[in-house]
Amino acid sequence: MHMASIERNLFGGYGIVGGHVPLGAGAALAFQYRGEDRVSLTFFGDGAANQGAFFEALALAQLWRLPAVFVCENNLYAMGTSIERSSFLTDLSARADGVGMRRWSFDAYDVRAVHDEVGKAVAHARTGAGPVLVEARCYRYRGHSASDPGKYRALDEIEDYKRTKDCLMRAEGQLREAGCTDAELKELHESVEAEVADAVAFADASPEPDAAVLYDFTFAGAA
Amino acid sequence: MAVLQLREAIRRAMVEEMHRDPAVFLMGEEVAEYDGAYKVSQGMLKTFGPRRVVDTPIAENGFFGLGVGAAMAGLRPIVEVMTWNFSLVAYDQVINNAAKIVQMTGGQYRVPIVFRGPNGAAENLGSQHSQALESIYAHFPGLKVVSTATPRDAYGLLKSAIRDDDPVVFMESELFYSFKGEVEDEEFTLPIGVADLKRDGGDVLVVTWNKAVHTALGVAEALGREGIGVAVLDLRTIRPLDEAALYAHAARIGRVVVVQEGFPFAGVGAEIAARVQEACFDSLDAPVLRVTNRDVNMPYAGNLEKLAMPSAERIEAAIRAVLSR
Repeated sequence: MHMASIERNLFGGYGIVGGHVPLGAGAALAFQYRGEDRVSLTFFGDGAANQGAFFEALALAQLWRLPAVFVCENNLYAMGTSIERSSFLTDLSARADGVGMRRWSFDAYDVRAVHDEVGKAVAHARTGAGPVLVEARCYRYRGHSASDPGKYRALDEIEDYKRTKDCLMRAEGQLREAGCTDAELKELHESVEAEVADAVAFADASPEPDAAVLYDFTFAGAA
Repeated sequence: MAVLQLREAIRRAMVEEMHRDPAVFLMGEEVAEYDGAYKVSQGMLKTFGPRRVVDTPIAENGFFGLGVGAAMAGLRPIVEVMTWNFSLVAYDQVINNAAKIVQMTGGQYRVPIVFRGPNGAAENLGSQHSQALESIYAHFPGLKVVSTATPRDAYGLLKSAIRDDDPVVFMESELFYSFKGEVEDEEFTLPIGVADLKRDGGDVLVVTWNKAVHTALGVAEALGREGIGVAVLDLRTIRPLDEAALYAHAARIGRVVVVQEGFPFAGVGAEIAARVQEACFDSLDAPVLRVTNRDVNMPYAGNLEKLAMPSAERIEAAIRAVLSR
């Protein structure tokens, strides 16, 4: 929430699960209306796939063949509720079938697969043939939030994913196969860690907002 | 000066704004091929085509949200809701998205959208189709709420709403779509947030809006023949509230009755009464009274519906009550 970048076309993060899916379809409606060669991507989790707003957005996007890609990041747990306890169908891409939308699932532990599969979906949406729903099957190691100890799943399960499927571990293997040296990988790790550390330091060093801005941005124009 | 029905005045505003700005389009249930559930958008499909006059399925949560997303991406949607009652399934899109996006994005994104349609009871529409919902939209920062039922005001305010860079909830009246009034031939706009003194008088100020304005004016006329001077202040915009006009007239006249459709508990009338006593306490000669819907879900039976509404008789009784102090 509260994170957006208009210069990067990042429409923001939203705190009502599934409530933002129509916004992504709406952006695609604007692209189509103006005849622009643009596609919207909307990200959400398995929990959002049970919300009415999600279904309505899919129905409208398909009806109007909007240039939209809907990416369901199915990490198997909506907060503490497992996918088996929240959905009869556990392949969530099947949600598209009721509206006749193109859909498929893929293993998102492979970063190249993510790139290729989402790329295919975007290419399809860009042709004007209609939107796509993809399910990216993934996993989360930590709790849902800072206050979630994640006790609803066995430690073994988490360790198993880390040991056998971790996407960074796989990516490292793929980079080695492509000829990356240990020194290059070390440098990459260090540069990413430094970038994150810089961002944390920037956040810690930034002052609290001035009290004078309390009412700012209630309206874009004159109140 | 043309005499237009309310629906014609609303249509004229939309048509003019769509000719003026290619980013403006109309979307909603039955707005295109059916020509509008209440014929507000009659002929607009023929004029603008299906790209700009868009029929939607019955999916308010979906198409309200698509409208918000399209507005963020630079369009200026007019989203028609067949009645505001149906907006309750899309309430999340208005409150959690439209009203908050400017603030949540630090002013990067704006949501220039108008949600419009009829509000309040018509006749024998039953409990789920008879609600006046100003209060639940006016409650939230980030929304503007216009509620009006004269052709001239609706025309001028809707044009301002369409040009506004923020989300506007625009409430009309089914019963008054055929109501006729004069509208200047030349184009004009009326500012959002400015009340209109529809009638002046020195004894009691009635504060109201939308179709209750017409009821209040009838009562004022009748009491005027008895020598009781009743002023009628039509707020036209609930939010932002024209506090300057409200307090000036309340302080000048000293006796205030608020007439609202909609339920009394935490209604707009309660807010007005609270603010008037805070701002004008020393000038008031009587407590501020409210005339509202009865605190009951709308009955289907016509006689009971009349009992539940703010009738001319109840308005007159409230005026006489504040005068007796």
